[in-house]
Amino acid sequence: MNFDFSDDQKQLRDQARKFLTEKCPPKAVRMVLDGKAPYDKELWKSLAEMGFLGVAIPEDFGGAGAGHLELCVIAEEMGRANAPVPFSSTVYLAAEALLIAGSDAQKKKWLPAIASGEAIGTLALFEGKGNPSPKNVKLTAANGVLNGVKKPVPDGAIADFAVVAARTGSSGRDGDISLFIVDLKDGGVEVKSLTNLDPTRGQAEITFRDCKAEPLGAAGEGWSILTQVLDRAAVLCAFEQVGGSDRALEMGRDYALDRIAFGRQIGSFQAVKHMLADMYVSATLARSNSYYGAWALSTNASELPEAAAAARISATQAFQHCAKNNIQVHGGMGFTWEFDCHMYYRRANAMALGLGSLSYWEDQLIDRMRKKNAA
Amino acid sequence: MNFDDTPQEAEFRATARAWIAANAPKQYEEELRKSSLGRTQLKNANILEVAKAWQKKKADAGWACLHWPKEYGGRGSSPIERVIWQQEEGPFGQLSRMFIIGHGMCGPTMMAFAREEHKRAYLPPLASGEKVWCQLFSEPAGGSDVAGLRTRAEKDGDEWVINGQKIWTSGAHYSDYGILLTRTDPTVPKHKGLTMFFLDMKSPGVEVRPIKQASGASDFNEVYFTNVRIPDHQRLGEVGDGWNVSLTTLMNERSAIGAAVSTGFPELFEYCSSLMLDDGPAIEDRAVRAKLASWAVKASGLRYTSMRAISALSKGERPGPENSIGKLVAGSMIQDVATYALDLQGAAGVISGPEDSELAGRFQAMLLRAPGTRVEGGTDEIMRNIIAERVLGLPGDIRVDKDVPFNKIPTKGRG
Repeated sequence: MNFDFSDDQKQLRDQARKFLTEKCPPKAVRMVLDGKAPYDKELWKSLAEMGFLGVAIPEDFGGAGAGHLELCVIAEEMGRANAPVPFSSTVYLAAEALLIAGSDAQKKKWLPAIASGEAIGTLALFEGKGNPSPKNVKLTAANGVLNGVKKPVPDGAIADFAVVAARTGSSGRDGDISLFIVDLKDGGVEVKSLTNLDPTRGQAEITFRDCKAEPLGAAGEGWSILTQVLDRAAVLCAFEQVGGSDRALEMGRDYALDRIAFGRQIGSFQAVKHMLADMYVSATLARSNSYYGAWALSTNASELPEAAAAARISATQAFQHCAKNNIQVHGGMGFTWEFDCHMYYRRANAMALGLGSLSYWEDQLIDRMRKKNAA
Repeated sequence: MNFDDTPQEAEFRATARAWIAANAPKQYEEELRKSSLGRTQLKNANILEVAKAWQKKKADAGWACLHWPKEYGGRGSSPIERVIWQQEEGPFGQLSRMFIIGHGMCGPTMMAFAREEHKRAYLPPLASGEKVWCQLFSEPAGGSDVAGLRTRAEKDGDEWVINGQKIWTSGAHYSDYGILLTRTDPTVPKHKGLTMFFLDMKSPGVEVRPIKQASGASDFNEVYFTNVRIPDHQRLGEVGDGWNVSLTTLMNERSAIGAAVSTGFPELFEYCSSLMLDDGPAIEDRAVRAKLASWAVKASGLRYTSMRAISALSKGERPGPENSIGKLVAGSMIQDVATYALDLQGAAGVISGPEDSELAGRFQAMLLRAPGTRVEGGTDEIMRNIIAERVLGLPGDIRVDKDVPFNKIPTKGRG
């Protein structure tokens, strides 16, 4: 058994960490946080040059053709660095949807552009409050045009194209939903940026008015494709969350070692030590669940639905736990704009909602465990 | 990343599986599979006798204490082979519980510190389960603060004379031997005046009194020593070096990889899958599902954490500190799980008698036994200290008694 990443994959992780430490210090994250840029364009370009954007895209489509395990280790480092770039929307959502359901022509058009950093993609699924569900998709597709409003759309304001979930039937079944690709530069859309919890990652409202769209995958297959995309993204996001958890834990640990109060390091007080120990426990459980998700993702195992939900829940809980208690360890300084703690707190809480809420995934996990037991 | 055995591992697994299939006491398999925390008895047999018979059978065929050297009763196996054995042994591994202290702690301590002739004499019958060992560390005045123990050992010729009291000694009532940590010099700081011995539990002056636990059962004991004489050749390590010797013992306890920790989750999931609540099946209730999911990912997280450690072993690496979280997470979880299972039963949850309760009182027994799991083998608080200090590198507690001669340390909080 080797329930671990290979030496090559670990080397890639070290390489990514070194790269991001240099190219994506907290100062770079703050440029976007403070609204001086919608995302870090320089970093995005460098990520493309490093081959990170196309790491799991086959070589035939301009990628490195490595695989999902390699993408997992990069995802972890992106999360650790709190990178202010549209990585998850482009790589985990748009590219994965194309890989699962795209025609050869669609893959040829978009995947090389993703790998080279020329195209930013996203998934337009949500329409206001609610979790992923066919019944929450109201936007219609008819005669090759879309009508409706999607929000929040991650990185929607900077995206070049979007995979859009649309209603093409009214039977009340999953088959009512189909997917489309929309080139957002072609008109027919109105995009509005939305103020959100984590300004380092944009959210937008996109209104589609008789917007031309091309089907992605077969008609009526939309929900089945989306479920697969969300499962894959759940694993990949879990690695970002694991990276973020580890960084938040380290920040708290380092501060507890540096800060003196009552004449001693605050890290010598059990109340503080035990809080940090519990953060370590959460982060470790999340990492282990995520490794299982990575295995299932990379082998396309039948366990993926259950593994993805478990990784998603565990990593969401861990990142929220570590990010909030990192602030607590820092005390008042942790609650200043100047300290970096709030950037992880914002990211943790935004990520907890991005693919559907924690309670949604809890529900999914139990459904999937029951299915497995019944089988 | 894969879950495949290497060819050698696969061969070992096949051999182990075949031997177990041919030799295990299958008549108890179902009962052992259904046992859970607080309820590991067999209905129509004495579990102690069944366990000893199984252990002896294993030893005779070379399947006992796999990672021990052959000359001491083991098989000389690699750590990963030991894990594979545990996986294959499955529910029959429950029968090893009474040997955990002896095999996991006393044996390794003997191996590291006993004389060669003692190792050859005492270790094989320990491996085969013919002799059972216990560990005599904790005292009324020294639980988490083990080094605060007060049992005296005074030199008299070639012998030591022991007087004092130990507590929380698992299995002392059926043990043949024990390793004993004593104070040999009360005039030096507490960690420096300790010495370790092993002794025959049938020695004159040893008195074992079972403790009736909060759960009503008796797994632990008080052990009293009145002028018990131990020959000097049964000393383990140097005089005054007992603390370091005990660390070897404790490190062995905590490095036991692959030993499954009970979380109570499989039991709860199974229960909820068939339970009907007032409004329908429990498993379809949103509140129940949210609880189950949160526990599911803790249980799976522990399982995969253990697999990561096993992978490290398989590659010949030393497992990292991740595995130290197992007991901490599982201990409080099983308590919460049991509490919730009773909550789901409503007023009837109060009934714990095996005849009249849900699942023969399985979760009631679990609830009553659970507080012990958060204390034994290191309290939750000690485990958090260990993680904070050894894993995260945070400072140790400020110890006001560290450099004070033991006999000058205060012994009372008030009055």
